[in-house]
Amino acid sequence: MAHTAVAHGDNYLNHSHGMMSWLKTLDHKRIGLMYLFTVLGYFLIGGLFALLIRLELMFPGQTLIDPNTYNKVFTYHGAIMVFMVIIPAIPAALGNFVLPMMLGAKDVAFPRLNLASYYIYVFGALFATSALFFGGADTGWTFYTPYSIRTSGAVISVIFGAFIMGFSSILTGLNFIVTIHKLRAPGLSWARLPLFIWASYATSIIQILATPVLAITLLLLIFERVFQVGIFDPKIGGDPVLFQHFFWFYSHPAVYIMILPPMGVISEVIPVFSRKPIFGYKAIAYSSFGIALIAFVVWGHHLFVSGQGELANFVFSLLTMLVAVPTGVKVFSWVGTMYKGSIRLNAPMLYALGFLQLFTIGGLTGVFLATLAIDVHLTDTYFVIAHFHYVMVGGALMGLLAGMHYWFPKMTGKMYLEKGARISFWWILAGFNITFFPQFIVGAQGMPRRYHDYLPEFSTLNLLSTVGSWFLAIGFFWAAINLWRSLKLGEKAGDNPWNALTLEWQSPSPPPHENFLVEPVVTTWPYEYKAEAGLTPVRPW
Amino acid sequence: MSSTHITTGGYQHAHHYKSAGDEFEASKQGMWLFMVTEVLMFGGLFVAYTMFRAMYPEMFHEASKHLAVNLGLTNTIILITSSLTMVLAVIASQKGQKGRILLHLGLTFLLSCGFLVVKYFEYSGKIHHGILPGGLFTNTEITHPKAPLFFSLYYVMTGIHAFHVIVGMGLMVWLAVRTMRNEFSPAFYTPVELVGFYWHFVDMVWIFLFPLMYLVG
Repeated sequence: MAHTAVAHGDNYLNHSHGMMSWLKTLDHKRIGLMYLFTVLGYFLIGGLFALLIRLELMFPGQTLIDPNTYNKVFTYHGAIMVFMVIIPAIPAALGNFVLPMMLGAKDVAFPRLNLASYYIYVFGALFATSALFFGGADTGWTFYTPYSIRTSGAVISVIFGAFIMGFSSILTGLNFIVTIHKLRAPGLSWARLPLFIWASYATSIIQILATPVLAITLLLLIFERVFQVGIFDPKIGGDPVLFQHFFWFYSHPAVYIMILPPMGVISEVIPVFSRKPIFGYKAIAYSSFGIALIAFVVWGHHLFVSGQGELANFVFSLLTMLVAVPTGVKVFSWVGTMYKGSIRLNAPMLYALGFLQLFTIGGLTGVFLATLAIDVHLTDTYFVIAHFHYVMVGGALMGLLAGMHYWFPKMTGKMYLEKGARISFWWILAGFNITFFPQFIVGAQGMPRRYHDYLPEFSTLNLLSTVGSWFLAIGFFWAAINLWRSLKLGEKAGDNPWNALTLEWQSPSPPPHENFLVEPVVTTWPYEYKAEAGLTPVRPW
Repeated sequence: MSSTHITTGGYQHAHHYKSAGDEFEASKQGMWLFMVTEVLMFGGLFVAYTMFRAMYPEMFHEASKHLAVNLGLTNTIILITSSLTMVLAVIASQKGQKGRILLHLGLTFLLSCGFLVVKYFEYSGKIHHGILPGGLFTNTEITHPKAPLFFSLYYVMTGIHAFHVIVGMGLMVWLAVRTMRNEFSPAFYTPVELVGFYWHFVDMVWIFLFPLMYLVG
């Protein structure tokens, strides 16, 4: 039997050896780790661009880089963080590792397609990055026409890179949906699925429905530059606002590609560390689909000042506010789960609480922006920047960090170093709020986004924001170094250090090549947590 | 490893499925989802078409007259026929009739070539008359100032469709090679079936394109 080897410590990391065994692997766990490292590499690059933006904005006037360079820097920061970091971060990296295991499957439905998705992603990312060396792009990550048609530089490289990466996203989504349908362990009925799976399912739907629209939009934009097709070019009779409609038909749902997976992570972490059954299981599961559904009908709120029409503005404003309902359902359910729980403040839980704080601010300020009269004033100001950073960094990255710490023992077989993880959390939380909270204020006072300069009255808050960005950077480096050190110094993790009930914890750490020693059979839902006697409370620092 | 690989009719399904039937069902579902993606992608183009046609109905009326209905109709018949030969290839693969699979794949391939040849004559005729997309448009007979937009849509939509035809032809070759290697049997014919899905989809897109482009004049 193949299983005898497992008893002697065979796991997915030592199952085969050498560089090629990784590059050609079909194992979803290895592919997940490859995604994770690539994403983190790009996160470093995107982060350095962010620090550069903040350095330029440290003082009024030109501090470090000239306006044209500044335009390129914020374009790279945005494009890298959106297309190369946040969109693949949780679905492709953590999702690949965790999703099949949570289902009790041996792999995803299409392992070769999964590896292909990874290489498509890398190829697209490199293609987009190559623009750096060929004149760069200064359109912003949104590539609005007609500017993106006329501006010089390597705009096509960035657009085509994003186009290619889109296929990776589509194929990952497709793979996950089929996996969830076809490869669930015996007894794992829909009503027993972990909430991370529900969130991934909703995300995958958005990926396969919205991404192709971005693909065709970007392709048309390339044709626009190469063959002058004019569909978005007012000079020839085309319509630049059509580009905005197409772009946001993808890019608004894409925001939920970024936020639904971390919501899934949070839904796993909170019950485990509160030792209580999740509150509102069905409400959380359905609200993921509610968000995915509403995601497709709110894109027009990016066009409130584009002249799309008063009726359209009114309808989109109303629909946008609807998003707050399923989102609120989730937040209240998480808080309800913690109520009277025996909360352990380990690093994943701290990050989950950080998510709650930041995401709630990000979400509520979204309601401000959905309100027409207020949005006219706030459009294209730093208020918008602060809002979506609270959602994307505060939400998506906090969720990623929660997940990375939560599953670290499963991935590596070692515990992360708890103290360092907590210190890094406080640096990140403080740094994040110091960086972005002042931006709400300067934004409300009228400081526009995407300028390399600002009026002197905004200087104090901008200086504060820049200092905050250093705190944030220290926090991220601290977390990274801490996890790296944990690989060597961490204690050996048991199979299930958190005493969690989802299936991935019912397998050895690190898991064997085929995930489980014996095929798991599911008999209950995964949230039957009870308070444990003799549990020592963990202090948050 | 004998416990993880179950052999059915000479075909070994992948280790993470319980049976070849499960694997087949999963592959089909994956292909359907991919088709959904394709629909959304073409959907963007059809939305652009609808919007501009609503903005400039008389321009569409005039510009459409300059498309060759006969050639478009010929291509419609060619593609519908190729869908038939593709179905016959799928049926042959289900029965394990190697010769018939190759015959019908070959016919489908030839019909696709025919489609592209007709397309080539259409495109080159237009280019000769200066009927090019958008800013490259130089024709003077078509007077409506927005007419270049119609031809932009025409080239982009039929061009992306033709690209799908070319991809389909590549898939036919790939299937033929695998057929010659005796990889398909009544126990395993998934790739033939799935390429069949794809081919019908490509056919369907043309069935929408033909009236919307050629017959509105």
